[in-house]
Amino acid sequence: MKTLLVCEYREGKLLDSSYELVAFAERLGAEKALVIIGSEPEAPKVNGKVYVAAAATYGEYNPDLHKKLVLEAVQRENPDYIVFLHSSYGWDLAPRVAAALKAGQVSEVVGIVDGKLEVGFCNAKLRRIVSAKSARTVVTIQAGAFSFTGEATGTPQIEKLDTTAASSVEFIGYEPAEAKDVDLTRAEVIVSAGRGIGKKDNVPVIAALAKALGGELGASRPVVDSGWVEHSHQVGTTGQSVSPKLYVACGISGAIQHLAGMKKSDFVVAINKDKDAPIGEIADVLVVADVMQFVPAMTAKLMK
Amino acid sequence: MKLLVCIKQVPDMESKFQSNGTGDWYAESDLAYRMNEYDEYAVEQAVQLKEQLGNEPDVTVLSIGPDRVGEPIKKALAMGCDRAVHIQDSAPHTKDPWQIAAIISAFAKDKSFDLILTGMQSQDRGSAQVGVTIAEELGYGCATTIIGLAYDNGTITVKRELEGGIKGVVKLKTPALVTCQLGLNIPRYPTLPNIMKAKKKELITHPVSDFLREQELTATTSVYPPTKRSGGIVLEGEISDMVERLHAILKEKTAVVR
Repeated sequence: MKTLLVCEYREGKLLDSSYELVAFAERLGAEKALVIIGSEPEAPKVNGKVYVAAAATYGEYNPDLHKKLVLEAVQRENPDYIVFLHSSYGWDLAPRVAAALKAGQVSEVVGIVDGKLEVGFCNAKLRRIVSAKSARTVVTIQAGAFSFTGEATGTPQIEKLDTTAASSVEFIGYEPAEAKDVDLTRAEVIVSAGRGIGKKDNVPVIAALAKALGGELGASRPVVDSGWVEHSHQVGTTGQSVSPKLYVACGISGAIQHLAGMKKSDFVVAINKDKDAPIGEIADVLVVADVMQFVPAMTAKLMK
Repeated sequence: MKLLVCIKQVPDMESKFQSNGTGDWYAESDLAYRMNEYDEYAVEQAVQLKEQLGNEPDVTVLSIGPDRVGEPIKKALAMGCDRAVHIQDSAPHTKDPWQIAAIISAFAKDKSFDLILTGMQSQDRGSAQVGVTIAEELGYGCATTIIGLAYDNGTITVKRELEGGIKGVVKLKTPALVTCQLGLNIPRYPTLPNIMKAKKKELITHPVSDFLREQELTATTSVYPPTKRSGGIVLEGEISDMVERLHAILKEKTAVVR
């Protein structure tokens, strides 16, 4: 069994998350070859074959060219699995490669159960086992689901990749993230507000608990999209990834994108009126209660 | 200019879910349905573009499913789409993302849509494949996960949301397809006059057999709830008791509370 792992490269650097692909291949017990549209100095440090195409020539984001390059590597390696991260790069490119190969795609894999691919379903409230009926399988893996614990000290055997193709999109450039007024990555305590707090007027109640615990206010995506809390407080894959000593999730059901951003926390307390909310799956303590009743009482206790 | 918006009806994600009898989907009884959240942003984007271009563009909304998908279709028409296409399928979940994309491409291939909008993924299956696959089938340029869109004379400039809050700015020529991320805009609530007007708008129906030519490439073989992490403590009961217990736990297990 062989995997072709499609690494990621942005603003001149290999993204460390690429090593999660290696962890996935190891969990699957499969051979691996890697491909990166990047640069030789930034090739992933693994023993084995790494196909490198120059981002200087093919761009950091150019789906038509990147598709052709990955397909070229597929032709040379003949892999059973072509594996991407489930990321803005991976979910954009994977279906294009899958369509070209007419291969079944299994998206956002969170685990391997008896050699089969497990994915989340219905906002992580269920799991599914999905298998492809095609000769090859295209896979995207959830960010953080397969941790690479080893050290990246291997020596890649570089093979160059080239292609020609027309481009239907033109990459103009990056816009930096908005300036952060709070750096949650350094916070020891984070108390986050989710949609379950009900309305914007209730945000200060959550902020008060954060203050009582000496921590910072965090938020889930829906709360930020609704304009209740600034984006700089957002925890999750498109916000900040955090690892505090204590994380308190208030009225957060636990969407995959949120869990991926906070599951490295040392201790997780979730306050939710739904006992079956997916946040309960990773919480050390689940308080089954109405957030707006429990949080003020907890704050009062801490302030005594 | 012709626009197509593809929408899906999904259960409210706050619902309780369990496997259906055959283990290839969730049980559909006792669920409240709504328009897939990502697709609401796609509808709003299409309607805003129509308004920006002096109402010239013609916006078609399309959905695949049983009779109940009439509800999100009505909502999209009341938000401002001009006409609707309902591809009737009593069991859309039995089609994998490849087949759903193939059905939509088969419908769209001779209709010369300039721009197709979809959500970036559905809230239930979450494959994030259908939009991109339609673009590949039709040979359209495609950008995913957009949180901004501007149109100027056949050129679309989009902002893609990347990890950690960075954005990628991309230009593409029509015909094109974009998949919409949450936060792209603020989807409007249909007004009563617009709900009344929507009832008079054109609704075209097709049986799914008109467009289904492809076999599935993936299959779901089982559905089950996630295993609860052992050792997690669940507190229930009176608020005051739970406050005392949580305080004691934090004191014991973390250095945060003393």
